[in-house]
Parts: sequence; C-alpha cells; structure tokens
Amino acid sequence: MDEMRYETPTSVNAAVKLLAGEKGLAKVLAGGTDLLVQMRGETVVPNLIVDIKKIADMKAIKKEKGGFRVGAAVSGAELGEHPELSKMWPGVVEATELIGSTQVQGRATMTGNLCNASPGADSVPALIAAGALAAIAGPNGKREVPVEQIPVSPGKTSLAKGEFVTSLFLPKRPKKSGDAYLRFIPRTEMDIAVVGCGISLTLDKAGTVLAARVALGAVAPTALLVDAAANAIIGTKLEDAALDALAAACSAACRPIDDKRGTKEFRIQIAGVLARRVALIARARALKK
Amino acid sequence: MSRHHISTTINGDSAEFLCDTDESLLDCIRNELHMTGTKEGCGTGDCGACSVLLDGRLVCSCLVLGVEAAGKKIDTIEGMAQGDKLHPLQRNFLEHAALQCGICTPGFLIAARALLEKNPNPTETEVRFWLAGNLCRCTGYDKIVRAVMATAAELRG
Amino acid sequence: MPDDIKLDKELKVVGHRNVRPDGMDKVTGRAKYGADLILPGMLYGRVLRSPHAHAKIKSIDTSAAEALPGVKAVVTGKDFPDQPKSKPPYGPMIQDAWDATRNIIAREKVFYDGHCVAAVAATSDSIAKQALKLIKVDYQILPHVIDPIEAMQPDAPILHEDQFTLGVEGATKPSNVFRIMKAAKGDVDKGFAEADLIIERDFKTKAVHQGYIEPHACVGNASEDGNVEVWTSTQGHFVSRNQLANLLGLPVGKIRLTSSEIGGGFGGKIPMYGEPLAVRLSQKANRPVKIVMTRDETFRSTGPTSGSHVWMKIGVKNDGRIVAADAKLYYEAGAFKGAGIAAAIGCMFSEYDLENIRIEGYDIVSNRPKVAAYRAPGVPMAAFAVEGVINQIAKKLKIDPVDIRLKNAAKQGTVNVSGIKYGPIGFIELLEKVKAHPHYNTKLEKNQGRGFAAGYWMHAGGMSCASVNIQDDGTVTLIEGNPDIGGSRASMAAMAAEELGIPFEKVRPIIADTSSLGFTFLTAGSRTTYATGMAVVEATRHAIKICCERAAAVWGVTPEQVKWEDGHAKPASANVGDFAPLSLSELAKKAPMMGGPIAGHSEINATGQGPAIGGHLVDVEVDPETGFVKLLRFTVFQDVGRAISPDYVEGQLQGGAIQGLGWALNEEYIYNDKGQLVNAGFLDYRMPVASDVPMIGTVLIEEPNPNHPYGVRGVGETPIVPPQAAVANAVENAIGIQMSELPMSPPKILRAIAADRLKAAE
Repeated sequence: MDEMRYETPTSVNAAVKLLAGEKGLAKVLAGGTDLLVQMRGETVVPNLIVDIKKIADMKAIKKEKGGFRVGAAVSGAELGEHPELSKMWPGVVEATELIGSTQVQGRATMTGNLCNASPGADSVPALIAAGALAAIAGPNGKREVPVEQIPVSPGKTSLAKGEFVTSLFLPKRPKKSGDAYLRFIPRTEMDIAVVGCGISLTLDKAGTVLAARVALGAVAPTALLVDAAANAIIGTKLEDAALDALAAACSAACRPIDDKRGTKEFRIQIAGVLARRVALIARARALKK
Repeated sequence: MSRHHISTTINGDSAEFLCDTDESLLDCIRNELHMTGTKEGCGTGDCGACSVLLDGRLVCSCLVLGVEAAGKKIDTIEGMAQGDKLHPLQRNFLEHAALQCGICTPGFLIAARALLEKNPNPTETEVRFWLAGNLCRCTGYDKIVRAVMATAAELRG
Repeated sequence: MPDDIKLDKELKVVGHRNVRPDGMDKVTGRAKYGADLILPGMLYGRVLRSPHAHAKIKSIDTSAAEALPGVKAVVTGKDFPDQPKSKPPYGPMIQDAWDATRNIIAREKVFYDGHCVAAVAATSDSIAKQALKLIKVDYQILPHVIDPIEAMQPDAPILHEDQFTLGVEGATKPSNVFRIMKAAKGDVDKGFAEADLIIERDFKTKAVHQGYIEPHACVGNASEDGNVEVWTSTQGHFVSRNQLANLLGLPVGKIRLTSSEIGGGFGGKIPMYGEPLAVRLSQKANRPVKIVMTRDETFRSTGPTSGSHVWMKIGVKNDGRIVAADAKLYYEAGAFKGAGIAAAIGCMFSEYDLENIRIEGYDIVSNRPKVAAYRAPGVPMAAFAVEGVINQIAKKLKIDPVDIRLKNAAKQGTVNVSGIKYGPIGFIELLEKVKAHPHYNTKLEKNQGRGFAAGYWMHAGGMSCASVNIQDDGTVTLIEGNPDIGGSRASMAAMAAEELGIPFEKVRPIIADTSSLGFTFLTAGSRTTYATGMAVVEATRHAIKICCERAAAVWGVTPEQVKWEDGHAKPASANVGDFAPLSLSELAKKAPMMGGPIAGHSEINATGQGPAIGGHLVDVEVDPETGFVKLLRFTVFQDVGRAISPDYVEGQLQGGAIQGLGWALNEEYIYNDKGQLVNAGFLDYRMPVASDVPMIGTVLIEEPNPNHPYGVRGVGETPIVPPQAAVANAVENAIGIQMSELPMSPPKILRAIAADRLKAAE
C-alpha cells in the first residue's frame, strides 16, 4: 500500500511546490468536510494531503479596495462572526452558513465549497451573484478569475496541476445594493440543496433595479449565472410581471437531472419559485442601505 | 509504513498518539487513546455523535484528521464534568430525561455547551437550529431542547 | 398476582420522575456501547459485501487476502454449517435457521446489495480494509426485483427456486410469495350490502430504516477450549445466544453473551449480523475480533421495514358506523420470508369494534435485506390505509374525525379479528380527551391543516427472569435480563423499591449476561416493563417473604403473623405481640447468623399483556409553491395502563411520533436500476432533525391493565402506528388532496397539487 503523505507548508510557494511536484493525487486540505468524506468512501484516495492552514493569511478576512478578501481556510463560522462582511454581503454569508451543521460550519470553507465543484454547493450561486473573484496560485504564478470559472463539471475544476485557490475576493458594493440566497431542501437543515438561488442587485433612488446578477445551483452540472433572469428584472421595480419573467427565465435556464434528491420537473419549478422570493429579500436589503 | 507521532492536549492534559494520515481524529481518540465517550454514528459529519471542541470550536471529530490535532486543544465529553461535579447541562439532561438510549448524548452535550458559551439566551428556534446536526432517533428532541433551555435559564441566574 | 394490583394506593416511587440509574454513565461518556470494548490483542473485522442485488456466487478466492501480512483469518459461507429449514412461525422477529445463516453470510447466491459475502480479521482496520479488496468473487448477475407487486408477477425473477406459496392449494411453480395469510370475522359481503357508503383506496409505503444512531457492533472472543464470549449491542442477548449456538454448532452453555449499552434498536437489533462472523473469525485466529458496521453498511445490510401496497375497502352506515372492512396487504419481506403481516392483521382494525372483517396478507420476498422488526412491526403501513379510509369516510359523511372513531371505538368486551376479548381499555376516554384538548380547538390559518389518526398494538409477554439480592447493608442489587434501550432499568428499580418500601436510589439494577441469569426474551414488542417488570415484582416479593420469615424467627411467631410495610417487617396485627419493626437493613445484617443471604428470584412466562391504543393529533402547514410540509403542532394521546416512569413513557410517545413523521414525509429507501441503494447515509436518508419539529405534547391516559401488579401496558410500539395517517390527513386538510403514497415528499405533493389544478381546469 502506498503511503499517504501529509504536509503542512507555511508559504503559498511551498504549497504550490508540493502540489506541483506530486506524481500521484495531491489534495488540498482546508476544512476537510468534503475531503474526509470522500476519503472514507474511497472515492478519493490521495497520495499527498497539503494542509494549507499553516500558511499566513489563509485564515484571514481582510478589507481590500472597499471589499473583502477571504482566505481559503476561513470557516463558515468565522465568516459569520465577521460583522462588517456580514453586513455588506449577507446573502453570501447566509449561503455559506447553510453548508452542513454547526459542527461542519466550524471547519467548512467557501473556497472548499467552490473547489469541491458540487452543482449543489450552497455558497457558489451566492458568490457568483456577488461577482466574487477567486485568487489562484500555481507553478506559473498568480491569477484571478470570476468564481463561476472554477467548477467545470461535477467534481471537476479548471485549476491546473499545482494550482490552488488562495482566497476569494468580494468586491465593494454600490449604495442601495443587496444580496440574498435561498435553497430548497425537504427538511429544515442538513440537506444538500435540491435547488439554490443567489441574487445580488443594486437599485436606484426610485427603487428601480439598476444592476442584477442571478445564479442558480443544483439545476445543471455547474452553478449557472443566468443573464436572461437578470435582464428580466433590470429596469423594473420587481413588479409581479417582472417577478414572473424572472421566474420563467430561471426555470428556462435549468438543465437538471432526476436523482435521489429531487426530480427534473420539481427542480425546474422550484428554481422559479425561489428566484421570486430571493429577489424580494435582496431588494428589501438594498432598500435599507 | 511509519505513522505520525502526534502531541496534543485533551481535556487539559497533554496526550500523544500514533496515527496514519487517513485516520480521523475520532478514530484516534477512540482507538489510540481509548477514550470511547465520543461516538461514531455515521463517520460523514451527518449525525454529530462525534462532536468535540477543537481549539474551542465545535466540530465533528470524524471530519478532522488525527494529524491535524498536533498542537491543538481538544475537549471531549470525558472532560465536561469537573471532578464529581456535573456540568449543569449534564445534570439537566438527567433531570429532564433528555436521553433514552444515550448514544447521541455526548455529542448533544458538547454541542449544547458550545451554544450556551456563545449565546447564553437562545430561543427555542436557535437551540433547534444549532443542534440540527445532532441526530437523535429516540426522543423526538422535545426533552433535549427543554433541558438545554432550562440550563440556559439556570446559568443566566 | 392480579389480586395484589397496586392501583389505588399512594405510590412512593412508581409513577414518580426518578433519575435513571444508568444516566450518570451516559452523560459522562463512561457508558460502554457495542463499539466501546477494547480487548488486548483484539483484531479488526471487516465485511465484504455484494455490490449486486441478485447474483449467483460462482466462486470466492480468498487466498490473496489470507496471504496479506496482518490478516489473521478470513471466513466465507463455507465456514458455517448449513442449516435445515425450520418450522414456522416466521416474522420480523423470528427467522428460519436456513434463512438466518444465509442472511448473515451468503452461500449459493447474494440476494441484495450489501449482502455479506466474506469477512476478514486483521491486526489493523486499514489492513482489514485492504484485505477485502484482495478477495475475488466471481458473480453471475441475475435479474432482480424489489417492489412487492412486481415480485408477484409471473415473469418476476425468482429468489428461491424451492419456495412455493403457502396458503395456495397445489402450487406447482416457485413463487416470491411465501404465503398468503387470511383472517376474517363475521360476514363481510353482507356488511357491504348493508352499507350506505363504501370507500375503496390503494395505498403505498416505501421501505424505511429504524435509524438507530449506533451502528451494529460486537466483539467475539473464542478460546481454545471451545468457550465463546460475545459482547454485543442487541435487543436480546439470550435469544442471540441460542441462535448463535445453532448457527455455529456449539452447545448453548459454552456461549456467554454480554449485552453492551445499546444505542437504539427499535426492533432492528433483534437479528444478528456481525456476531457469528466475529466468533468464527475469532475461532480461526484465536484472538478477540471486533466488527463495527459503518453507517453505509447499516443501511445496506440491516433493517429495514417492509415497503407495502395496501388495498382497503370500508363500508359504513350514514351515521358513521362501520359495517364491513376488507383489506389486502402486500408486504416486502426482503430476501427471506417473514414480513410483518401477522401483526398487521392482528392490529390494523383492533381499536375498533367491528363485526365484519376480512384481511388477506401477502408475505413477499424481494431483493433487499431481510426486513427486521421496526416498532409495531408491520402495523403502521396497514394503519395508514385503515385510518386514511376512515378519514375519507368522515369527510364524505361530514362527521368529525374523532366522532367517527367514537362511534366505532373498541371497549371492554370487544372481540377483535384474532378472537381476543378486551378487558378494560381506554380508547373512548382517549377520544374524549382529544376533543377536549386545547390543540383540537386551536384555529388554523391559510394552508394549514389538522389531522387525526388512531393506532393499536397488541403487546407481548413471554419468558423473563429476575433476581433480587439484599446486600449486607440493606441496599439491593436487582438482576434482570433485558437490554435497556429507553430507560427500563429505571422502571425495574422503581417497582422493586416500591415493593420493598425503600428509596429508589437503594436499588441498583444490573442487566445480567446470558450465563448469570435464566432465559429472558427480547427487549421488543413493548414487553419489557410488562413481563420482566412482573418477574421483578415477583422476585422482590420472594425476597420480602424471606425477610418476613426471618422477622418471624426473631420474634418467635409464624411468618403469616408478619407483614411487610414501608420497608419494615411488622407484626401483622396487634394480637401478634408488641415487636419493634425490623428494617430491611436490620434483617440484612442478621442474615449471616440466620440462614444466610436474602435473595428472591422469579422465572415466569408472562401472559395477560394488555393492548395499548394511541391517537395522534397533528397540525401542518404546506407551502403550496414548493410542497414543503412544516409541522406546527403534534399531540400524542395514549392509554399507557400505568406509567411507571412518566418521563420515559412521554419520551417513547414523542420519539415514536417523530419516527412516524419521518416515515410520512421524507424517509425512504431509494434504489438505482441495478437494485443498489443510493441513499445509504444520514445525508440522503432524511430523518427528522431538531429544527424540523416543535415540542410534542403528550397526554397519558391511565386505564390499568388488571393483569400486571402495577397496571402496566407496554408503551413503545403504539406511538409509531398513527402518525403516518395523521400527517397525511393533516396535509390533505391543508391542500385538499388525499396523499395515498408515502413518503409525502415535496415533489410528490407539488405533483399532486399540479394534477389537481389540471383536473379542476378541465
């Protein structure tokens, strides 16, 4: 049996070197709430585990250009305990806090949720709606991409060999902006989203939607940024007709599957229902700012 | 295959164990340190029976690698009572009959203590959502929630 | 014993909220469950399981696994003696030995995804896991079938070529239907002819798991002289010991089973799974072997309860009086015969006083684990249909759902379909309490609905033993043989303390291993507090009798002239003489000088168990846009006979109700087209979590069972019988559509709403 190695580098460069240099399967460990489950089920058997929690800034939330940079190992609980960030991006925070139990929140990270590339990841539609960027370090240096470019299919990311996401950047918000996230699950807690919807929008003084981003989870192989849904509400005051158009655009964008968590038909219908509800919450938040 | 030698602190005492890379902290606590009060109900973070505090943070010990415990502080059910004095949660669980089979009880106690340290005055809804990751199949949760609420009231004085 | 029934007397211990004697160990982490025993030199056992739902085993090659360093033993079906077919009865609790050995480890065929094929013992868990990968099994995959109706079709894959349906004359073709069981009372056809309204419906339920939080775990330890020690989490170590002796071909007296603390069972820890494997591995390795199941294995290989199809037809007069009831039950038994049809037939209509009943039950094998008992095994699925149709009738006739049950309620003297004539039972009182309860009269808002349903369980008696040892200082050790899952030790200690007239804390209850006490039947069927409780009372009275004899000797009077009162021997009357009362501790102190230790014992085969009837009142709110069902209020009413430990009686009622809620709303076994279980974990097998439910009200009706010294009826089974129908009825009242399939998951509710709208539009 090959030995499974465990390393705790203290710099980004050292981590990249380890990840790039491993001939077998190398996995990054931050919260471990996905990785340990996969290892137990033997769906993932790494040759090398690179624990990034000893690297400076991985556990940090820092203000940057009026927004926030969230280190890759910041747990959901730590994120929720940051009052300023929670005030600026309540939808992102509430989406992250929906991942698993209180116990899971003690470990699970937004970056891990993104890089696990599950179509049902709760934080991802909220991050996409927020226009978040992922900072990537790798053998060829650093780069930054919109978060929606990270997952490419269930369980697969666009990260190249040796690359890992070091932080997520949540940009500064204009005035009268709000975001929200809702998911549908059959229980009140502990389920994977059957459908998830994140919306971020900015209103003008009259309450008309100036800008919007709408994202859906669990209705396609990856979370979707639905431009048609955003266009359906931009320029409106979220009147019933606008909400109907939003719901229709969301349902139309779905490419779901039937599985143990829900049917195709159900997911398509619920995507529209959630979008309406999320848009109204986001607007209420925007009006308060 | 050489195993990792891990030095850690459990319930205030220093402890050492050997483990493989893929061994969970839960397995290390139980199989290496023979502290079996922390239970395994699922091994996948879905039931909360293995709840411990890791540097003061509530986690599922089945979702932590044993190697990650190096230099950390771990609190388990075995450290909850002070000598022969039960933690008020332990006493209230007994007095409110908040356990039947008892397998989920250590996890509930650890999780409830973490809640009350963070929020001394939780609503019933807050208690229920905080404890949603702790499965109990015997009680229907009623008496557990009552015991936690009663303890919170008692600790507030 | 009934003459001595303690009902009207002021009780000092029984009926009080005593803190359970095993509680301290359970809140401190000290209590030892199945997986918590660690022995020197212990090996780790692991089980290789079939990935196929149905396949012939052509060959198994274990040589590479055996050669792996650290592997100490490997076993396959060949390591166990084959068993003859045994005689009935068979059910969720009792298995044919031929079936049992094959369910524990496959021989000719695997019958379900998760079926055990081989087991290994190694010096570490990781070596054991690696060894499993080195075992080569050559399978010939066969077509499979899971649904009971599909399994009955003429072209269905046949699981057992030598199984011919019992109850069918001259059956010549093998069938997946093991038997058709029939029961009848009165003249059903005549009843229907007289009916003013007849309602007929089909119902379906999915297989659900007991969902105990502790996976199965055991340690087997065989020594070279043939003695065997087993530590296991079980609902009946005496029953398991006897089965183990049979399965391994060992004398019963050579085997000692110790029951660990048990982390939930609900019927699912009656059958053995790992124990025979651990012992056989230990015999080969000459070292202790521990086998702990994962959660995945627990879902794939143990439990569940039957999935079912039920056809139900009930006829009534316009005043709501039921004149005929006709039903067909189609239950999956899993891979081997023994679905809970007998219990279903015996219970499904039994809270009602009906003249004309006809029931046919089909016990059908299919490619899933052999079903295990799950709380009132077999009854909830039938009750879902009975109560569902009664609620439809109430609606059609515009009769209040509680009133229609009052109209038909069983009472003292009612004879049920099994011919059992009832003593005093509290159903009418229960229904009246429902109507008077504030919950029943709370106003509902939009999208909210209220449901009510009733349920019945017959209860069990059977063999139990108990010993009561009075120690030198007057403290008492109470020895009994039922694993304590929900607080039964507290009840046993309470009854002994009450009899002895001493404080609860002076009695220490111990659950004996199988070599330290006579045979005691399962902790199941809500029998423990009834039957073993009776043995405890009898053993205590035996000890008291000895105490009285000792006092008589001290005073120079006859034993008949001594009575036991408030913990003391006293002269039975003033005529006996003026003697100072002797306390238990005083008598215990004199024991060494007076004939030795004082102990009482009892060995009984209890009968006279009383049925228990429950009624559940449920309010829900349904989100019409998503189909999400929110539970608003839940009140459980039950005739409990006498609550020895009210806290734990309430706990049984609350827990059963919420298990039933999970069954009703979201729990189900989901298979892929290969017959593999795809939701074998708590993430996707959606049991209720704390935030899903409100507080659960309980109303205890105490109509004592005259056959028990304290009036006990069992309480554990009944609370899972009514909730499925009560929740369905509440959902119906919220959305206006009857849901006849469980689980009523959101996609199903939304689909029903859409279909209803479509129908309305047409």
